[in-house]
Amino acid sequence: MTATHSVPKISVRGLRKSFGRKQVLDGLDIDCASGESLVVIGGSGTGKSVLVKCILGLLNPEAGSIRIDGVETVGLLRGAREQLMQKFGMLFQGSALFDSLSVWENVAFGLVRGRGMDRPAAREIALAKLASVGLGPEVSLLRTAELSGGMQKRVALARAIAADPEIVFFDEPTTGLDPIMADVINDLIVKCVREVGTTAVSITHDMVSARKIADRIAMLYQGRIVWHGPTADIDHSGNLFVDQFINGRADGPIKMQVRAA
Amino acid sequence: MLRFLAAVGAAFLTFLATTGRLALFAGTSLATAFTPPFYPGVILREMVNIGYFSLPVVGLTAVFTGMVLALQSYTGFSRFSAEGAVATVVVLSVTRELGPVISGLMVAGRVGAAIAAEIGTMRVTDQIDALTTLSTDPLRYLVLPRVLAGIITLPLLVLVADIIGVFGGYLVGVYKLGFNPQAYLNGTWQRLETIDVVSGLVKAAVFGFIVALMGCYQGYHSRGGAQGVGRATTHAVVSSSILILLVDYLITAAFFSR
Repeated sequence: MTATHSVPKISVRGLRKSFGRKQVLDGLDIDCASGESLVVIGGSGTGKSVLVKCILGLLNPEAGSIRIDGVETVGLLRGAREQLMQKFGMLFQGSALFDSLSVWENVAFGLVRGRGMDRPAAREIALAKLASVGLGPEVSLLRTAELSGGMQKRVALARAIAADPEIVFFDEPTTGLDPIMADVINDLIVKCVREVGTTAVSITHDMVSARKIADRIAMLYQGRIVWHGPTADIDHSGNLFVDQFINGRADGPIKMQVRAA
Repeated sequence: MLRFLAAVGAAFLTFLATTGRLALFAGTSLATAFTPPFYPGVILREMVNIGYFSLPVVGLTAVFTGMVLALQSYTGFSRFSAEGAVATVVVLSVTRELGPVISGLMVAGRVGAAIAAEIGTMRVTDQIDALTTLSTDPLRYLVLPRVLAGIITLPLLVLVADIIGVFGGYLVGVYKLGFNPQAYLNGTWQRLETIDVVSGLVKAAVFGFIVALMGCYQGYHSRGGAQGVGRATTHAVVSSSILILLVDYLITAAFFSR
């Protein structure tokens, strides 16, 4: 599934994860090449966030393999996991900013607490990252509760890229934003990926966003990837699941689950 | 009958599983104290939150507890002409029992609930996951500082509560019951032994550990949005209050059983 023959940056094989009797991931396989922007699409509750949390080690899969740069990461011990985390950045759906800290302290948090950088140096980097997402120094001293949803998302993006991670995960980056702010966030993600060469894995059901930020799109349904391919191929994928999803039709092979399993 | 036994067995297994999870949580959190990075600033901040900001509520309850104790023991002891023992009863009750227990319960209500609510909110808003992705161990950053702060500050709070509680008893004894001030103070100091104060402080350290641990544990494992956070807060206060009373008996038995 990789775009190149080299070792994929992320390689997932046979990933299985269930909650109670609900099988969320059912032998999922997917690869992401270095420097690639992969977008995983799928309906609500199909396990997109679970996939990302398994790759990040926030959830333990029941079976399967997750390799980062060819190294197995499932079952890593606490210390090794903390080391691995330094390769990752994550933009959470609800931003997940620390409300007890100011904006710049949020952005610098991983540098100060995770990497032991001194606060003045971390503050400089935080201000630079905030500037790169279009936020001036006057915002840096505000509390996160004082920010609008769009600004919170931008702060969260600045925090995700503050330590120049090799891989950044974006969980529903445009959910809850107006179309213009959503496009601003999309532009920032594209800039982050294209200019810095970061590997990006995004999960979304916003097709406008997916088309803009993806090099490659994969569709998740019933715990498996049912289609994947270049973004340009999405409109003529020949896959009934993809066609129904991208056209937003109620009729088709995807049956909406009205009640939780 | 079989169904009843199955229900009892299931409840017992749940109890064992919860105890195991709690012990693992406590052990894993405490183990982070022995490896870097260390967060002394965070520990200090939590000491201020738990200790300093609990002073008013602990002080108020201590002074009224001492006052009521003096009044009640006087009315009781006067029935068999033992009024002279009031000062001794007040100081022994406050230092051994009421100081630590009342402070523990007050801190459980004020601090345990706040810890569970704060960490629970962090859990349901993905802030704890965010900590992990920022290479910061949540147990090291959130749990250990609060548990250490609880262990360190509760004995200090109880020491203050002891002094204020005895002072409350003195106020009632001297100004309401008409005791001679010097005689009341003599009655206070003559029977007081080091073990009385030390046992209370040991209890306080254990209660501090219980309150902080239960607040962190319940908050850390909260699920299901605002309702889940509310449930975690309630569980934190109820479980730590019950544990305080249970452990109080065990420590008292260990110190004073003959």
